[in-house]
Amino acid sequence: MTSVTIDRAPTAVPTELARGRGGGGPASKRVVVAFGFWIFILSDMVMFSALFAAYAVLQGNTAGGPTGAELFNLRNVFIETMCLLLSSYTCGLGALSAERRRPARFLIFAVLTFVLGAAFLFIEATEFARMVQIGAGPSRSGFLSAFFTLVGMHGLHVTSGLIALVYLVAQVIAKGLRAAVLRRLLCWSLFWHALDIVWVGVFTLVYLMGAP
Amino acid sequence: MNASDRLFEDRTPGVEEHEPTASYLTYTVGVGLAILATIASFVVAQTNLLWPPGIPVGLIVLALAQIGVHLVFFLHLGSGSDNTNNILALAFGVLIVFLIITGSVWIIANLNSNMMPMPAQ
Repeated sequence: MTSVTIDRAPTAVPTELARGRGGGGPASKRVVVAFGFWIFILSDMVMFSALFAAYAVLQGNTAGGPTGAELFNLRNVFIETMCLLLSSYTCGLGALSAERRRPARFLIFAVLTFVLGAAFLFIEATEFARMVQIGAGPSRSGFLSAFFTLVGMHGLHVTSGLIALVYLVAQVIAKGLRAAVLRRLLCWSLFWHALDIVWVGVFTLVYLMGAP
Repeated sequence: MNASDRLFEDRTPGVEEHEPTASYLTYTVGVGLAILATIASFVVAQTNLLWPPGIPVGLIVLALAQIGVHLVFFLHLGSGSDNTNNILALAFGVLIVFLIITGSVWIIANLNSNMMPMPAQ
């Protein structure tokens, strides 16, 4: 019996390579920033879930006013959905171009993303204006209050996303694709993809189930 | 960055770390699948392709499938061991979202059915 086996180092992961796992120092700033932003997005999802729950509860309380089946125009909703989906796609391609240090290509994709997002907002705003005009505004019934809160909150998120995109493009032009700007771009693309996920819930629960 | 370094680096949501061509391909495959799911949802909702009482269930299944496509192809949340933190956070978020929505609907439906009949205003 000897103590040879005790002295032998275990054949595990070389710790200097395992960053963020106890060895090799903390995780890179990029990983930490993106994880923090991911937590924010999940808390945003929890807030949206409360609005979804309110809508699901109030859906039937039309107080004698118009129902979803009378108000919704599914053709417009389909165009809106495609705009947002394609802007998510161009956002992904833009983030990828930024990763590869291709500023010109990034700018093209950023403009496409902005235009598609703005088209989505324009269609939504005209729909809202039309509904208010025919007397189906948020004060008409519990159903419409919940509808305008849920869909309007998503629209506000898209609006703030577009403003942030302009700000980020200005940063890329002024400062170039340096590490800090790339981290902000990464967070922004997470935000934009998450908005598209919320919209999947909106068009399924609100529009498709509300307009049989 | 050599191969073993990449192996042990933590992954973040939204970051694709494969070969350049594979990444553009990932987004393209993702958007194709998402468009398919969207069109399927709109078709199912507006036709009698599905048994009518089953349409809401079909729509929910298609929505969940599309959300899955978005998570995997756009946010790059895979099943790799280096993605554990992100997946755990997501799982917690999904739990809370599920509790809030089903809990609210369940409780309010019970309250509704226990209400005294109200006279018409």
